[in-house]
Amino acid sequence: MNTHDDPARVLLRAFPDTPAHLHDLHDRLTARAQTDGVLDIAYRIVDSPIGGLLLAATDVGLVRVAFSHEDYDAVLQSLSDRISPRILDAPVRLDAAARELDEYFAGRRRTFDLPLDRRLARGFRRTVLLHLSEIDYGDTATYASVARLSGNPKAVRAVGTACATNPLPVVVPCHRVVRSDGTMGGYLGGVEAKRMLLALETA
Amino acid sequence: MKSKQPFVRRPFEQVVAIHGPTVLRVCRAVLGPVDADDAWSETFLSALKAYADLPPDANVEAWLVTIAHRKAIDVTRTAARRARPTAELTDASSVPAADSHIDRTPVDVTTALAQLPPKQRQAIAYHYLAGLPYADVARILGGTTDAARRAAADGIANLRTHPDVGLPKFAEKRECR
Repeated sequence: MNTHDDPARVLLRAFPDTPAHLHDLHDRLTARAQTDGVLDIAYRIVDSPIGGLLLAATDVGLVRVAFSHEDYDAVLQSLSDRISPRILDAPVRLDAAARELDEYFAGRRRTFDLPLDRRLARGFRRTVLLHLSEIDYGDTATYASVARLSGNPKAVRAVGTACATNPLPVVVPCHRVVRSDGTMGGYLGGVEAKRMLLALETA
Repeated sequence: MKSKQPFVRRPFEQVVAIHGPTVLRVCRAVLGPVDADDAWSETFLSALKAYADLPPDANVEAWLVTIAHRKAIDVTRTAARRARPTAELTDASSVPAADSHIDRTPVDVTTALAQLPPKQRQAIAYHYLAGLPYADVARILGGTTDAARRAAADGIANLRTHPDVGLPKFAEKRECR
C-alpha cells in the first residue's frame, strides 16, 4: 500500500495538534462551565514546601487536599465516584485556598478562613475532624485527648483512622495530633511532612 | 468488599484531555477554522451538562462527535443568520498559517474539504479523523451504513481530483506500475 495514498494519514496531517490553542479553549470551557453552574468540582495543583498539593472545591467550599503520593488520578477518580464526574482543572475557584496555603507555609497565617465542604467525612470521623480545629496553631494534642474531645474516650484508634483519612489535611490540622508517648505518630503526607508542619508552627 | 466492578466514569477533565484534540480536528474539518472554536466550546459545555446521564457503556468519542455534529449545524445556522459571506469558509487565506508547522499540504486539503458537499465532508471527518466506523457515522448523519460509506468514498474521490491534496488519482497510480 502506497503510504501517500492513505486518506486518514493525509487528513490527520492537515489538522495537526494545536496544544496551545486547545489550552485556550479549555480555559474558555471552564469559565463557561463556572458561569452556567455546571462545574461541580474545580481543582488545581499547587507547589508547597511539603510537595505538590491537589486542591479541589465544590460550590460549597474546599472539599479535598491531596498529597502527590496519593496519586492525583486516583484522587480525582474517587471525587468523580463519590461526588460528581463534572470535574475540571479550573484554578480560579481555588485562588483563595492557594493564597491562604502560601501564607500559611510562609509563616504569615495561623488559621484558615476558607469555606469547607466536609461531605467526604461522615459519622465519628467527621466529629473527630471537626474537633481538630480546637487544637491551636503551634500546639499538639494526643490521640487520646482528641478521643475525649470527640465524646468517645475509648475510640483512640478511631481517631487515628479519622486523621489518616482526613480529606482536608493541612487545612484541618490532623498533623497536630501526636502519640501519648510524645512521638509523632503517622501522617498521611508522610512523617517528614508532619515534622515540617509542626516545626513551621513552633518556629 | 464490593461484589461488583465499581461503576467508573472518568473525571470530565480526562474526557477533554483525551478527546479534545480529535473533536477540534473534526470541527475544523467540518466548519473551517473560523467557526470550529465555537463548535468545540459548545460541544464540551453541552457534554459536561449531560455527562452524568451518559450510559456507562457508551462510546464517549462517538457521543462527542454526535454532539459536535449538532453544534456544527447550529453554528452554521447562526453564521448564516449573521449573513456572513460563505466565501470565508472556503477562503484559504483564513486558515491560520501560524498554527501549522506543516508544508503547503494542509491548506490544500482543508480548502478542498471546504468545497465538498456537507455530507461528504462530515462522513470523511467522522470516519477518517474521529475514526468512527461507518455504522456510527450513519447514526450521526441519518441514513444507512452504505450511504455513509458511499458519502465518504465520493468525498475522497473528489479530494483526489485536486492535484495538491496529496492523494494521487487512481489513474496516476496505474501509470506508475
